[in-house]
Amino acid sequence: MIPLLRHIFRTGILTEPPQPAGADDPRREIDRLHDEILRVLGRALTIREVDAGSCNGCELEVHALNNPYYNLEGRGIKFVASPRHADMLLVTGPVTKNMENALRIAYDCTPDPKLVVAVGDCGCNGGVFGESYASCGAIGNVVGVDVRIPGCPPTPLALMQGILAAVRTAK
Amino acid sequence: MFLCDDSAIDFTPQPGVGAPVWCGRAANGETLKDFAATARQVGGRVAAIWGSDERRHGGGFRLHCVFGLDRGHAWVSLDLPADDPVYPDLSGIFPTAGRMQRATRDMVGIASEGGDQRPWLRHGGWPADWYPLRHDAEAEKGARLEFNESQNSNQAPFSAGFPNFPSDYDFVKVGGEGAHEIPVGPIHAGIIEPGHFRFSVVGERVLRLEQRLGYQHKGVEKLFIGADIARGARLVGRVSGDSTCAYAWAYAAAVEAACRVEPPPRALAVRALLLERERVANHLGDLGALGNDAAFAFGLTQFFRLKEDWVRQNASLFGHRFMMDCIVPGGVTVDADAAALAAIVEQCGAIEAAVKELRELYDGHPGLQDRFATTGIIDSNLARELSLTGMAARATGILLDGRAHRQGYTPPPPYAALGVRPVTDERGDVAARVAVRFDEIAESLRLLRTLAVGMAAGDTRVDLAPPAGASGLGVIEGWRGEVLVGVQFDNDGRLARVHPHDPSWQAWPALEHAVMNDIVPDFPLINKSFNLSYSGVDL
Repeated sequence: MIPLLRHIFRTGILTEPPQPAGADDPRREIDRLHDEILRVLGRALTIREVDAGSCNGCELEVHALNNPYYNLEGRGIKFVASPRHADMLLVTGPVTKNMENALRIAYDCTPDPKLVVAVGDCGCNGGVFGESYASCGAIGNVVGVDVRIPGCPPTPLALMQGILAAVRTAK
Repeated sequence: MFLCDDSAIDFTPQPGVGAPVWCGRAANGETLKDFAATARQVGGRVAAIWGSDERRHGGGFRLHCVFGLDRGHAWVSLDLPADDPVYPDLSGIFPTAGRMQRATRDMVGIASEGGDQRPWLRHGGWPADWYPLRHDAEAEKGARLEFNESQNSNQAPFSAGFPNFPSDYDFVKVGGEGAHEIPVGPIHAGIIEPGHFRFSVVGERVLRLEQRLGYQHKGVEKLFIGADIARGARLVGRVSGDSTCAYAWAYAAAVEAACRVEPPPRALAVRALLLERERVANHLGDLGALGNDAAFAFGLTQFFRLKEDWVRQNASLFGHRFMMDCIVPGGVTVDADAAALAAIVEQCGAIEAAVKELRELYDGHPGLQDRFATTGIIDSNLARELSLTGMAARATGILLDGRAHRQGYTPPPPYAALGVRPVTDERGDVAARVAVRFDEIAESLRLLRTLAVGMAAGDTRVDLAPPAGASGLGVIEGWRGEVLVGVQFDNDGRLARVHPHDPSWQAWPALEHAVMNDIVPDFPLINKSFNLSYSGVDL
């Protein structure tokens, strides 16, 4: 136990507080986004992530949002297990035909007023996979979308900016 | 021949610097089946199965089977008549061939005689007698859609192709007093790809797990048909996002073998840098997630911090956090100058020290070890039976690593000169898969330093001329296991057929075995200890 605590103490807090210097420091941007999301929203935000057919690249970056640098959960923005508990659906794509039905069900299970954010080039417009016998393409082809975050995959910062943009549309 | 003296198949070695591959044609189904049986007897494995439509060139259909053998890979093709494309069932010899055969039937419409005939990739999105990888599929689809639209005005609001019908799947039922089913998915509770798991349980004990996948099927293989080499490279890098370097290299190796072009030594060294960085990134993430799944959130925080540092260096040195589109046929699109190599060496030292410290904390944590040890066991006999490769196979004690020398096998450059020390652990449980990841991080960091210090000089890319009608197979030891990509060119130099094969094909069935007799709450931990790809097998 003691080595463990020593390690935690030595690692310190990596999500840095606001700093005056270094305007292009990503950590400063992270902090600004945190504050703004909470200011706009005024409360916690719960997100249900739905992979509707991605290559898993976008999921790697969504995972990164919870690492100590971005520390989304540390600010009350939480990923939840059920769409019934969610304010926002964060959906990666393209929507495969085999996931089309499941995505519709998840959407219907999310209480109103709900926000839908389409993640990645594939989620925005079908990306390299497009529309085909197996792919419905963009998330917007299947459920209503509030905000689109392009990128292959979008960086964690871009994801945070997109989440902020979605929260703004709700206000 | 190289496998056994009385083999009825003549093999010729594939040219080039890639992993050793021999190509041969089986005269008929029985010859193929005999070869498969012999391969199994000598400890070989089924590495991949796919089909292709050769009717445009006056042929019928073709079945492609790749077998992994001690000395390398044997790529056996079997021509099938256009009017009756059937072949002998191989799932009695190699159980994991079953799902590959079912996918081949769904995609190309060539079927095994006997064996499991349930659909695999086709759910309800297209008709059972329509096969997407046949050359005439598009024209036929147009005709059918016209018919459907006039017949049925009550279609789904969106329809890229056929109407999307709900589908039933005939899961194997488990009976007996107190036995019941827990259906999970396709959308899982975490941030993870979709798939369906059907647990049959008594109380909390798992009697049986049956997976149903295919939810990620987005028609990748069809998109390759008619594409040029560059478009193929972009696509293959997005088959499974966490293995983009492995797929890109396997595809590049296949194209280069077909074009009879050898990439420059510096390009190969840079590719190995990228592939080892991919391995370390994924292992770091998995070690954190494994701690988290055993309620040790400290592990997640610490390892995800290291992973973030690592992928940020990817972005600063190679322009992309996961190094997508860096490896292309002919070479690489990125390079590492002296400053970059120095930065890599420096970060390797920092990560090595941090991981070593975290390993001591993991090893010394009784609660964590209690969850890891004896959970989700598979032994080496089962691993061989299922043709398992990669990290999960090595965690049962099987010394199989495409980067390392073994008797009769020389790894492709640059690995031949690096003296890779493969890591094994004989326990076969979650603890073993954790230990192998720790050791493989250490080995990859060593390789990265060796590569950075001894980086070959010269060009990083050569030109390729798309060859008419040529084919090639690339094999790369990715972080999860053996990634294969088979490539066939058309007569006009465009891609006629590309089949990417993920090691998860063989590992998903291993996961079904690993959870038997463990308790349901241990499933997330066991599942994470394999961390298999859905997109890579659903294509």
